[in-house]
Amino acid sequence: MKRSITRLLMAPSVIMLLVWMIIPLSMTIYFSTIRYNLLYPGQNNFVGLMNFEFFITDPGFIPAVSNTLILLLSVLIITVVLGVMLSALIDKPFFGQGIVRVLLISPFFIMPTVNALIWKNMMMNPVYGIFAWISESLGFEPIDWLSSYPLMSVIIMVSWQWLPFAILVFVTALQSQDTEQKEAAQMDGATGWHIFRYLTIPHLARPIAVVVMIETIFLLAVFAEIFVSTGGGPGYDSTNLAYLIYNQALLQYDVGVASAGGLFAVLLANIVAFFLIRAVGKNLTV
Amino acid sequence: MTLNQQRKLKTILTGLFAWTVALVLFFPIFWMFITSFKTELQAISVPPSLFFEPTLDNFRIVQERSDYIHHAWNSVVTSFGSTIIALVIAIPAAYSMAFFPGKRTKDILLWMLSTKMLPAVGVLVPIYILCRDYGLLDSKTALVIIFTLMNLPIIVWMLFSYFKDLPKEILEAARMDGATPWDEVVKVVLPLSVGAISSTALLSIVLCWNEAFWSLNLTASDAAPLTAMIASYSSPEGLFWAKLSAASTLACAPIVIFGWFCQKQLVQGLTFGAVK
Repeated sequence: MKRSITRLLMAPSVIMLLVWMIIPLSMTIYFSTIRYNLLYPGQNNFVGLMNFEFFITDPGFIPAVSNTLILLLSVLIITVVLGVMLSALIDKPFFGQGIVRVLLISPFFIMPTVNALIWKNMMMNPVYGIFAWISESLGFEPIDWLSSYPLMSVIIMVSWQWLPFAILVFVTALQSQDTEQKEAAQMDGATGWHIFRYLTIPHLARPIAVVVMIETIFLLAVFAEIFVSTGGGPGYDSTNLAYLIYNQALLQYDVGVASAGGLFAVLLANIVAFFLIRAVGKNLTV
Repeated sequence: MTLNQQRKLKTILTGLFAWTVALVLFFPIFWMFITSFKTELQAISVPPSLFFEPTLDNFRIVQERSDYIHHAWNSVVTSFGSTIIALVIAIPAAYSMAFFPGKRTKDILLWMLSTKMLPAVGVLVPIYILCRDYGLLDSKTALVIIFTLMNLPIIVWMLFSYFKDLPKEILEAARMDGATPWDEVVKVVLPLSVGAISSTALLSIVLCWNEAFWSLNLTASDAAPLTAMIASYSSPEGLFWAKLSAASTLACAPIVIFGWFCQKQLVQGLTFGAVK
């Protein structure tokens, strides 16, 4: 088929994504250089880099950046490590496999706002929650999760959502593992650990790359869980970049500073993406 | 113990372990579901009550108070609408990239994926202002447009990886028989990839249904989908767990049940064909 026709077929997707990227992004760049507060309309003079200075010196800035990265890395490690281990353990036929699969994937379909509400109230509430009840039954003081360990609480919520996804991807991948190879290794006296280390892990390299890539896309943008459960607090203890910028823009009406923050978030995502797409791109056949 | 017995024991242990993991992970959902049938007093009883007389009052109250049907309809329109539009745009692109790859096809695909890495907060302000200026705040139109663009890269990529695996000989045979490109797509490619297209659509619908950033920031009441309705229950109703659970159950049930039926295709789809 002619080049021109193939281009024509791609055009709508490419053009729409270009527009989606360029227009808002250039507006963000423009807003970030002017004074723009919705409470004081009409005073939109050029201020250079002042918004960036404001954003970077904001007391919430350093916590937000580190919380964003801690959240990303913790959830990635929890879901990938637990996911690989659990999937290797349950990758054998057993009674009721179909039902287990369905139960396992369910948290993935729960919307983030509901996820946060379930955990905040019914699990982590220090008086009536299930966790409090368990620790009291065992004779411990109940913990007020959201105020004592806010970031960890968010990490638990988000991991709960993504662990099932990781497990299912890995289980699906393990089903295509060569059983003859495994049996041959067993004959030669390989232990379970050796089989796991030298056969299973290499086999999972590609699925792990895919899980890391997809999760990163969603984890950098975690918002609803924080919005509903901790509101970024106490202080800035569970504020991530997304939440900090939301706070600047829609609660303090400071569009200029929020735009500067948005650009910073784009920069951070690009740094992460640069390494990630390189690493993952190799693993995806195109 | 004989080898056979050992093997049997292993199967039983694996099963027990898998069931334990699954039940622990599923427990919060189970608890939400149970709580939605309790009275408010039972919902916060310590120790938690497992046996009680179920009541449907909570569901009635939720429907009366926040018009569940209205928000559910918004969720349906925005997720199905944007998915259909995105598919119409993505299918030709994926087809042309899979069957007529050029030198830059891989770059284009990676670029598309990289637009997904662009954090939504980075463009929140301009999108909010554009929506305000065009009167699209709190409108389903805005959400449909945004959801379409949001999922377009993933949809193109997923379709691409399916199309790429279709045997090229079939297309050549069709061409020999004098099929036009249009025939080729409509009569050969599409029928062969019904499964692929539907699992892509499923994933897109799930992602839209659960999308919470744009729906929280751009809608108030008229166009608010279920995600936003639930968020509105977070503070004032925070202590009414039974009603909260009823609202949550109602919000999640459609997509969870939908997901149960197609979890297999979904997982395969989400891995861009990297996992078979």
